[in-house]
Amino acid sequence: MSIHYSKDHEWINAADANSAVVGITVHAQDALGDVVFVDLPEVGKTFSQGEVAGVVESVKAAADVYMPVSGEIVEVNEALRDDPSLANSDPLGAGWFFKVKLSDASQLAGLMDETSYNAFAANA
Amino acid sequence: MSAPSPATPLLTTPLNALHIELGAKMVPFAGYSMPVQYPAGLMAEHNHTRSAAGLFDVSHMGQLRLVGADAAAAFETLMPVDVIGLGVGKQRYGLLLNDEGGIIDDLMFFNRGKDIFVIVNGACKVGDIAHIIERIGHRCEVIPMPERGLLALQGPQAAAVLSRLVPGVEKLVFMTGGEFQWKNADLFITRSGYTGEDGFEISVHESRAEEFARALLAQAEVKPIGLGARNSLRLEAGLCLYGNDIDNGTTPPEAALNWAIQKVRRTGGERAGGFPGAARILAQIDQPDTLARKRVGLIAKERIPVREPAELQNAEGQNIGRITSGLLSPTLNQPVALAYVQTAYAKPGTEILAIVRGKQVPMVVSATPFVPTNYFRG
Repeated sequence: MSIHYSKDHEWINAADANSAVVGITVHAQDALGDVVFVDLPEVGKTFSQGEVAGVVESVKAAADVYMPVSGEIVEVNEALRDDPSLANSDPLGAGWFFKVKLSDASQLAGLMDETSYNAFAANA
Repeated sequence: MSAPSPATPLLTTPLNALHIELGAKMVPFAGYSMPVQYPAGLMAEHNHTRSAAGLFDVSHMGQLRLVGADAAAAFETLMPVDVIGLGVGKQRYGLLLNDEGGIIDDLMFFNRGKDIFVIVNGACKVGDIAHIIERIGHRCEVIPMPERGLLALQGPQAAAVLSRLVPGVEKLVFMTGGEFQWKNADLFITRSGYTGEDGFEISVHESRAEEFARALLAQAEVKPIGLGARNSLRLEAGLCLYGNDIDNGTTPPEAALNWAIQKVRRTGGERAGGFPGAARILAQIDQPDTLARKRVGLIAKERIPVREPAELQNAEGQNIGRITSGLLSPTLNQPVALAYVQTAYAKPGTEILAIVRGKQVPMVVSATPFVPTNYFRG
């Protein structure tokens, strides 16, 4: 099991290809500041890789959440909707955004591993 | 906000090293490198200012003096406000106007007896000073004070904190001020600010600014506050941000700033008119029905932040205006915004729709301030 990272600062844990978990990175939530609102996609909706699937807003700014891979939304994090600050306090855990059924698992190979992402984010 | 070109090095305030030491996230703002937030974060900083005392570095703003017997009368020709009648020791909000009655900048001015002390917006200061010199430089001396830093201490505990260091400031009431000393440093202090809270603005020579800021931060009630929380606090207070909510193309009546135009300058007043754009502005005040648009406060009925420049629509889907600043109010936990709408939709209680990412978010026209002010009026 491994976590992949996109250049748009999402992470995806694809241990289960039928229910891969997506969230925003530690770096992303730090750059945004206090998250106050998330707009999550509808369950059942299909997105292509790179499409906007949601929005995350801090008091200061709004940012799009992009699909790191193509697939269908199978679940969204209702707890995050109720308490958006989970994206700050636990971005890799309780602050996850949605789960995706992958339509093309080979796309994962085009994403970064943790080491590459950390180097990328440090220069972002 | 005019961002400097990459070739222009950013200016720094006298507190630059202190901001970095405190772990601030620095951003370019009005040509300066300024702290947008400290490690506590915008929300904590906002709430701390509403409950205790926040220290803001506003040294990027412009400070200047107008000197000469004719200074007040001369300055009054540039603004629709009563300058001549402002008593010694008192401060007032003013608006520099262009010849069409559009707002060049909003400012604070203070009658010190020996001069008029003026504070203007950082992003506007170069243009403001040039404008003032061009228009009234032959009637009074216009003296910029780039050697002065400016700190704001804001919040319900500001008076208790500042009077510990500078005894006597507790006697000031809102929009008054005076000269004080702290360890042989000259301070010019006014009881005012831009957060809606009780508080003070303190002008101090750049050579003593950091030392004084450290003395304030050493007080248990005080935390440093960045530009992010400054913006959310001023919006909750319903106060305009120059460049967003007012600009060259808006007149004071459109901006709902008639309260800043004293009776003496209005139709029938002792010194009516005589300011740039007077005919247009007085007509807008005298016949408000002829105003095409007006600035209003809005509160969203759903918890979806509504930001500038979101379009506003009526129930029929017609465009009736746009948001000029908006965010989720940390104090109210509801989205609040300032907007311009067609006058027919400006009455409090009117329901309108903001378009956010293609979706309609219902909003209600609301009186400002969104959060009650705590000014100390004695």
